[in-house]
Amino acid sequence: MLHFGALMLVLLLSPATHTRAYRAATAQRMVASTWQVLPWFTALSSLLSLVLIRIVVVTALSYGLSQYALQMVVRVLVLELIPLSAALFVTLRAGLAFNAGAMPDAGQRRVRHIRDLDLAQLRQDLVPRVLANGFSVLALAMLSSVITLVLAYLAVYGLSPWGLPGFTRTVGQVFDLTMSLAFLLKVLLFSLAVAVVPMAATLDAHWRASSDTIQPGAVRLLVVLLIIEAALLAVNYI
Amino acid sequence: MNPSDADPTPPIAHLERKARLLLWLVAAVIAGFVLYVMVARGVFERTQQLVLVSDDSEGVIVGMDLTFSGFPIGRVRRIELADDGKARMVIDVPLKDARWLRSSSIFTLERGMVGDTRIRAYSGILTDPPLPAGSERTLLRGDTAAEIPRLVASARALLEHLDNMTAPEASLATSLAHLNTLSERLTGRYGMLTGVLGSEDNAKKIITTLERTNALLAKADQRVFGPQGVLDSTQGAIDSAKTTLDSSNEAVKQLSTVLQESRQTLTRLDAVLAQAQAVGSNVRVATTDLNLLRAEVEASLRKVGQLTNEINRKWPFTRDTEIKLP
Repeated sequence: MLHFGALMLVLLLSPATHTRAYRAATAQRMVASTWQVLPWFTALSSLLSLVLIRIVVVTALSYGLSQYALQMVVRVLVLELIPLSAALFVTLRAGLAFNAGAMPDAGQRRVRHIRDLDLAQLRQDLVPRVLANGFSVLALAMLSSVITLVLAYLAVYGLSPWGLPGFTRTVGQVFDLTMSLAFLLKVLLFSLAVAVVPMAATLDAHWRASSDTIQPGAVRLLVVLLIIEAALLAVNYI
Repeated sequence: MNPSDADPTPPIAHLERKARLLLWLVAAVIAGFVLYVMVARGVFERTQQLVLVSDDSEGVIVGMDLTFSGFPIGRVRRIELADDGKARMVIDVPLKDARWLRSSSIFTLERGMVGDTRIRAYSGILTDPPLPAGSERTLLRGDTAAEIPRLVASARALLEHLDNMTAPEASLATSLAHLNTLSERLTGRYGMLTGVLGSEDNAKKIITTLERTNALLAKADQRVFGPQGVLDSTQGAIDSAKTTLDSSNEAVKQLSTVLQESRQTLTRLDAVLAQAQAVGSNVRVATTDLNLLRAEVEASLRKVGQLTNEINRKWPFTRDTEIKLP
């Protein structure tokens, strides 16, 4: 899995990869994995965020702790839930949908290992998928986070512009240097995990002719996401 | 290998444009987000520094607000331990908010039961000179948790007092019972009189006394102010006394005349006395002259005596008066 991820990164950064065909394939994958799901995901995440924001704000208000509601919303939704839900959404839609059986064998040889794969085939078919899935997680997480911030402002202050300084200050308090870096790192690591782990696991299972009924990358990806989340939580709050 | 064989995706219209738009959108969102967070963190604000010194920085964290009248006007940037063992909190105050801090401002650290610790600034006199940059001030601490034991002790004493007050044999309950009895009496037949005197019998006695007093007053009125009453007799006596006084006035006038005449007589007597005094003085002068005359007579007599002695001595038939001793 790590080997596959490293190979993908090297190919992604290699200038020889960036051919016209590669760009076309990447654009197609990107549009398919991000553009087409963006409205639905944004609408769903906004709805869920709105419900959670409302619950948090009303509960905090009833306990007389309204000054902490905004911080809690930003910390829980923007920092934790939105990136995780974006990663899971992309995983379900694209990552786990990868059909390794459709991958043709390289030339006449029987593929048993990554080393056996043809580089041209990787560049043409797998690297655009990896890039598109990673980008999809990044785009969905960032756009949904921004929309959630706007919704949080509207839920707390309404349409009045006078709450903006206080809101900005609260956001500033939450996003200190450690938290900001951890947030960006988390989104990037989620992107990488969603792009690489299911694909590597599926290829591995296909090559080993595994007969598991469960999608091969699902468990592994969930474990990786859990580890990333736990590690960054520990960095932020311990 | 043909990609379309591996993944038969239907062709997408305006593929390149959509992909580019997507990239730009995400890049703009990320850049905007980073910029917004930087603004929110006050990266682009011009600030001045304020150092607050306290003996305990517990509860203070980097990034905490300094508030003035509930508005955040500064942010804790660094907390450090000074050489004298005190905590130094370095606070960044934006220049636009620094005008609320004056040289007479005081700073407090408040720690409540719920919620985080707060650093507050109070500026009583806003006309004082502004707080200079880099000033060092003492942070006063107000700890709610430290007040709780004292509060609980006071509350317990208060509750004990309240318990004593509300006990069945307490003076408050007794007073209330008495008040109840009093109010019952007040609503009785003789009203407040029963309440004040304690029983209806006593009130009845008072009423009887009042009635007797009324009768007595009526009789007295008749005796005093009625026809042939005391008042009439008194009036007659006053009239006779007035007459007596008038005659006394006459007598006094006559006495005054007599006194005046006596005064004139005395004046004359004074003149006579003055003359007598003059006579006395003349007599004193005459007495002085008599003394001189006597002295002269004595001198003449002494001379006559001496002459006689001289004659006797010189005369032949003088006697020898001298005794000669053998």
